[in-house]
Amino acid sequence: MSEHAVIAVEHLGKVYSGGFEALKDVSLDIRRGEIFALLGPNGAGKTTLISVICGLVNPTSGRVLVDGHDNVSDFRAARERIGLVPQELTNEAFVTVWDTVSFSRGLFGKPKDPAHIERVLRSLSLWEKRRNRLITLSGGMKRRVLIAKALAHEPEILFLDEPTAGVDVELRRDMWEVVRELRNSGVTIILTTHYIEEAEEMADRIGVIRRGELVLVEEKRALMRKLGRKELTLHLHSPLSDVPDTLAHHDLALADDGHALVYRYDASRTDADEDDDTANIAGLLADLEAAGIHFKDLHTRQSSLEEIFVSLVKERQ
Amino acid sequence: MNLQESKSALRNARHMNLESVKTLYRAEMARSLRTVLQSIVSPVISTSLYFVVFGAAIGTRISEVNGVSYGAFIVPGLIMLMLLTQSVSNASFGIFFPRFSGSIYEILSAPMSYIEIVLGYVGAAATKSVILGLIVLATARLFVPFSIAHPLMMLVFLLLTAVTFSLLGFIIGIWADGFEKLQLVPLLVITPLTFLGGTFYSIDMLPPFWQAVTLANPVVYLVSGFRWSFYGIGDVSVWLSLGMILLFLCVALTTIAWIFRSGYRLRP
Repeated sequence: MSEHAVIAVEHLGKVYSGGFEALKDVSLDIRRGEIFALLGPNGAGKTTLISVICGLVNPTSGRVLVDGHDNVSDFRAARERIGLVPQELTNEAFVTVWDTVSFSRGLFGKPKDPAHIERVLRSLSLWEKRRNRLITLSGGMKRRVLIAKALAHEPEILFLDEPTAGVDVELRRDMWEVVRELRNSGVTIILTTHYIEEAEEMADRIGVIRRGELVLVEEKRALMRKLGRKELTLHLHSPLSDVPDTLAHHDLALADDGHALVYRYDASRTDADEDDDTANIAGLLADLEAAGIHFKDLHTRQSSLEEIFVSLVKERQ
Repeated sequence: MNLQESKSALRNARHMNLESVKTLYRAEMARSLRTVLQSIVSPVISTSLYFVVFGAAIGTRISEVNGVSYGAFIVPGLIMLMLLTQSVSNASFGIFFPRFSGSIYEILSAPMSYIEIVLGYVGAAATKSVILGLIVLATARLFVPFSIAHPLMMLVFLLLTAVTFSLLGFIIGIWADGFEKLQLVPLLVITPLTFLGGTFYSIDMLPPFWQAVTLANPVVYLVSGFRWSFYGIGDVSVWLSLGMILLFLCVALTTIAWIFRSGYRLRP
């Protein structure tokens, strides 16, 4: 366990009674204060991993330390630090928002603190709905209630299992804002998601899990730099039928029936190499000028985390 | 387990998380209040109907049983019938519903020991059953005159039966994987055993062969002991009744301990 790890997962294995091996020797450190996104296809083991850490599933082998406390032998100290927002909307229908959030606080052994509950409800825009029964709330609001319940006992670590599944775009952005604010207040956040955009938008580090194995853990920026591709597209004044020989040493391709020239280059450059990139582009532009090829517009794009993720999973298959 | 872990385990065992138990207990009690018609009014009405039909209407035509009027004779049995069915139904629904809805995750991820979870759920279910038992007792007094010879023992039987059958209900609520199974044991096991357990008759009234068969019915011991606390008469010795209840209690506690240790249907 590294000094900064708030959660240390050590050689965790889980075989369900039917024989399905959901986790294979998973080891992972979660750093205090980070947002860690766990990505993986359906059935990869994301929820099992979260469930073992939170005490919902018994591991077959290995152990989990939460802030140094073993989550089995010292389960009280481990669990009181954790808040969990499950994937499914699992509220009791007939209780009010206020009651269910207060219930969650009491369940974790914390004394009543209406001021804290009010803060949580206000931060999630639920204050106006505090007297509403859960059955009367929309799906998005119910998901907020689940977050409020998880925050009721002031956890240091928050697990969000697919927090924005089935949530509309606007609400999703609101949720991201809430998660960022939580991180700013010092809460460590671990989220699983299908929306790679979500990981790209929010995570500090990314873990990719596939068939129960943690295949990669990397800083998001480093991952995108290392595995990402950049692309420069030049929209030409006059279409070309072929790439001229004088430009053959650049990695160029024609697109849009010869109306566009696409230049692909590797983004896996260290900072020291960045000048080379610039030099390459500058060289390309100079060569274009010399060849009498003029362009009216240009744009660049970097491959998304989704493309990286898909290529990673394919590569390992 | 190293020294540090042993110390932590000991600390966990010693320290009771009372706030969590109270929260769970209160939430379960509040659920009954939200459904007061189903939880309280319905069993009181159905038991009252038994008194009207068997006590007042038919009972007047039946001679005394062991020196007790038939109306008064069936009072302990009817309270026991209601106590068993309500304890099982309250406790089984209490734990089954969060399993069914998925909200059980919150209980299992809370810093609560198994004992605390059981105390919260079973404590609330047993409390409701005892309150109902006392309400039915008071209701019965409106229909037939009777007195209680051993009130303290009556309360002991009431409490022990409520706790034991709430534990049984808790086990059923964990075992059941659908609403059908949830109803199966109360309908097919508890109700028939209670009806055949001497609720409406003394087992002396049966032919010798059926008397012997009836002694295999555990409910006989509960009804007999409870009736003894009212009128000082029972089909079997009061100590045998008490011993049998304590035996059921131990079996239920052992089963629950196994459920939690193995994670059966709760922690895969």
